[in-house]
Amino acid sequence: MADFSDLFGLVTYWVAIVLMMIGFYVVIAQGNLIKKVVGLNIFQVSVFVFYISMGKIDGGSAPILDEAVKIYSNPLPHVLILTAIVVGVATTALALALVVRINRAYGTIEEDAIQAIEHDEEDLA
Amino acid sequence: MAFLSNFLTQADMIQLAVVLPLIGGLIVLWLGERNANLREAASLITAVAEFVLVAGLTPDVMAGARPSVDLFEMLPGLSLTLTLEPLGQLFALVASGLWIVNTVYSIGYMRGNNEHGQTRFYVCFTIAISSAIGIAYAGNLLTLFVFYEVLTLSTYPLVTHAGTVAARRGGRVYLGILMSTSIGLLFLGMLWTYNITGTLDFVQGGILTDKVHGPELAVLLFLYMYGIGKAAMMPIHRWLPAAMVAPTPVSALLHAVAVVKAGVFTVVKVIVYIFGLDLLVESSADDWLLLAACFTIIAASVVALRQDNLKRRLAYSTISQLSYVIMGAAILAPISVMGAAMHIAAHAFGKITLFFAAGSIYTAAHKTEVSQLDGIGKRMPWTMTAFAIGALSMIGLPPTAGFISKWYILSGAIETQNALAILVIVASTLLNAAYFLPIVYAAFFKEQKPRDETDPYSKYDNHGEAPVGVVLALSFTALGTLTLFFWPGVPLGLAKALVGG
Amino acid sequence: MIESLTQNMITSDPWLILLVVVPLLSAPVCILLRSGTAAWSVATAVAWSVLAIALYLLNTVMESGTMIYRIGGWDAPWGIEYRLDAMGAFVVVIVAAIGAVVMPYAKQSVAAEIPAERHYLFYAMILLNLSGLLGIAVTGDAFNLFVFLEISSLSTYVLVSLGSDRRALTAAYRYLIMGTLGATFYIIGVGLMYQMTGSLNIADLATIMPAVAETRTILAAMAFLTVGISLKIALFPLHTWLPNAYTFAPSVVTIFIAATATKVAVYILLRIVFTVFGQVDIFDHFPIQPVMMGMAIAAMFLASLSAIWQENVKRMMAYSSVAQIGYMVLGVALATESGLTGSIVHLFNHAIMKGAAFMAIGAIVFATGAVTLKDLEGIGRRMPLTMAAFVVAGLSLIGVPLTVGFVSKWQLVSASLELNMWPLAALILLSSLLAIIYVWRIFEVAYLRQPHITEHGPKTVPLSMLIPTWILALAGIFFGANATLTLNIAHAAARQLMGGL
Repeated sequence: MADFSDLFGLVTYWVAIVLMMIGFYVVIAQGNLIKKVVGLNIFQVSVFVFYISMGKIDGGSAPILDEAVKIYSNPLPHVLILTAIVVGVATTALALALVVRINRAYGTIEEDAIQAIEHDEEDLA
Repeated sequence: MAFLSNFLTQADMIQLAVVLPLIGGLIVLWLGERNANLREAASLITAVAEFVLVAGLTPDVMAGARPSVDLFEMLPGLSLTLTLEPLGQLFALVASGLWIVNTVYSIGYMRGNNEHGQTRFYVCFTIAISSAIGIAYAGNLLTLFVFYEVLTLSTYPLVTHAGTVAARRGGRVYLGILMSTSIGLLFLGMLWTYNITGTLDFVQGGILTDKVHGPELAVLLFLYMYGIGKAAMMPIHRWLPAAMVAPTPVSALLHAVAVVKAGVFTVVKVIVYIFGLDLLVESSADDWLLLAACFTIIAASVVALRQDNLKRRLAYSTISQLSYVIMGAAILAPISVMGAAMHIAAHAFGKITLFFAAGSIYTAAHKTEVSQLDGIGKRMPWTMTAFAIGALSMIGLPPTAGFISKWYILSGAIETQNALAILVIVASTLLNAAYFLPIVYAAFFKEQKPRDETDPYSKYDNHGEAPVGVVLALSFTALGTLTLFFWPGVPLGLAKALVGG
Repeated sequence: MIESLTQNMITSDPWLILLVVVPLLSAPVCILLRSGTAAWSVATAVAWSVLAIALYLLNTVMESGTMIYRIGGWDAPWGIEYRLDAMGAFVVVIVAAIGAVVMPYAKQSVAAEIPAERHYLFYAMILLNLSGLLGIAVTGDAFNLFVFLEISSLSTYVLVSLGSDRRALTAAYRYLIMGTLGATFYIIGVGLMYQMTGSLNIADLATIMPAVAETRTILAAMAFLTVGISLKIALFPLHTWLPNAYTFAPSVVTIFIAATATKVAVYILLRIVFTVFGQVDIFDHFPIQPVMMGMAIAAMFLASLSAIWQENVKRMMAYSSVAQIGYMVLGVALATESGLTGSIVHLFNHAIMKGAAFMAIGAIVFATGAVTLKDLEGIGRRMPLTMAAFVVAGLSLIGVPLTVGFVSKWQLVSASLELNMWPLAALILLSSLLAIIYVWRIFEVAYLRQPHITEHGPKTVPLSMLIPTWILALAGIFFGANATLTLNIAHAAARQLMGGL
């Protein structure tokens, strides 16, 4: 039936949305700084899934030039995602470096504990 | 001043009139604490030069010329412009003339009380006078607004001069009220005017004819009248008594020369040149203004009656007298508008005399309350005689200048058959008498009450007159009050030119 | 093929790409150089050359029209196209000018606040940041914009984390999380648009958009784009990263990002709303206007109120920035030529105001290490020149005439009055009054309180820090007294934006 084929046809988008929500939730709800970074990564991966599934053309082959092939999938989203992955990696690296420094400075990487320490410091300041 | 016109064009003279005090200020700043005598001399010379310059422009204005100078373009299509016209010239003359006297007085007062921060004091004065002249010569509302704000900011350090907690608090009220009204109301009114007319120029007959009607007109008038906080119409009058925390030369400047006069000057200017008398006469937009002014006159006088602190009593008297000017303009008869303009000059001389006297009493005797002034006339005859003359001018009795302006406003009220205005004038005259005459009587005809031994100031009980500079200044202004009655030619001529001859 | 939607286009001017490439390539040069002084010299030379290029570009755009550069010679929409119009050129000049003024300032300030072994890294990062911001302003491709957005953001996170207080680390981390969320939302929006239109080129998107604007996909795209950009703009309530980031970053970083980062983010918003969706009647299709206006007004009031209660001066100024951003977004939400002019001119004016304010604060930190109001007592007398610059910036925040702040207020209130939105005009002015309160808190403390007695007085502020501060302060007065140039450029930019391309 039409509805089910739509559902299955759109499965990649469903995956993207579910990943997006999971990632977003983890970023906001988790108190551990590294877990937040993980959540951010999941969130970014959902975007990658979304873009790449956008690029797939029905009946298209991989976008490698060949005389025999008539229909190609769109290569542009692949390029965009490569860029976005790089950006994501850089962000993750920076975030993790910050977490290491924070750990060294505060002795903890739990957000609540850090906020408590900062609060005390401000009251004394 | 024909010889000046050999060196300077008229345009130059007008610009110089605004800039000269600033140049003087820079010289005073440079001289600083190094050489106090040179510094005072610089202040005095600047003041005299300024008055000569302004006076030199008077004949042209009285002859009917309206020279104009564009300074620079601030916003696309709107320049800062200076334009000479009778009301502005009147205000400029009063401001620059009394600045000389105030400088003499300040020198005496500041030295007599060994005040701190004198350089900053004199420099702020120059900026304040420069902005007052800028307001006087403003050719459009934008220019006036710019100088109006500069005036508020430059007088703030003067009000908070003492640096005490009370001074800070007074300064906060002063600044808070003046800036809130100017930004919140006046700016809005100005932009609204610009939006509907496309211009902000001061034009004889106003720029709002046919552009705004009925209730909108009343609202616009409201924005302007309460936006001009310096006119101290109730309920935005609180800044005046709050500013009493300033040293007396500052109060004299604020209450006679620069700030309050700038306020009522702006009120009259807006009514005559932005709205136009005819437009307001046709609509009834102006009715509430008359009521508000009348209320202020009476209410302020009633409050003044109950003040024991001399400066506060004078402050509330000022609030009341300022609304005379507003009422004179609100009556909308040409002759009462003349009276309003004339009152700018008359009140200036009278009030400055009264404040000078109050400062003189403080410097010599360290007394601040009315109840302490019994018998003081015998020890300080010059001061108290001057005080008496100033008081008579406030009440509006001949042979003082206050009589003339009151007479004209009253005539206007009679001409327009405004029963309320007539009633208010009569009632306030009586009230003025009620809170001034007893002081004069007690000073001359009662015995001095010696202070308590525990009072730290009791050692001043055997005081004499105040320092020379102080006495000289107040005698001069008292004389001025009398002179204006006998020879009112120039101010009256300018006032007449304002309403179209 | 893209149609020429504007007449007069200049193609292939290499300076357009050099603007971005020069700072981008000099960043690794700084890293190779290792020495802090060498890195600083490179950074300053680059910043000044970039300013020269920026001014040349602005001039060319104003005279000859939009400039285009096709990377690799590939035609749009297949290749990446750089496109500079009046709006972009204006932003480029703002960023370049701030960069040029900050570099000389940075030498001593960075030496005092950041450990010596990290100096070369600092300059590398700031060059990357500069390059990223400039890239955002000149690119004509939506995805390329994301790349530059992340370049500038990542370098900003690093710069913020260089602060000496350990809270700088958590501030940077939080900024990172929220900024990345924002950028990712942006990229989702771009992806959704790509799905419907098949293009990433901004000008091309504009032509295709009307056909697909009704779809749910584009509605979702708009939502993601708006939220993502709002995070970067620090529009209330997505502003929570800003106060901590500004407070704990090194002084130079605060100056630079306060004056540039959020402005460029507003530029992105303008590009999306008025260029990408320019040919769609966007405010009819999407309910952005009331939401944006509501958020802007909330920002103006709530942020100003928060500022009043702060004890840390940097944090106070940070909240003030959030409020000022509200004004910029309000102009966008008004969606008229005047509203946009107000928004665009405020980008410039706020950059100058806040730049000067934070520079003055940075100088005070350098000299005394003080940032709280308690520490600042009496500092007006010990550091007169520095505080005077701060006074100018503070007056500009209030909107006193003759400062740039006044010009922005004028334009925004005018724009509201044109639409007959009275309550809005009143709200804009009311929130300015709140600025008086927190600015005056600083003034009062600095000038009217007694300074603490410490063994050493404040260190002398070096000229390399004082002169840039005063350049910005004087610019604040110059462009406030003579706003015609900036308003004309802003107006041209607004007209182009309203025209749809």
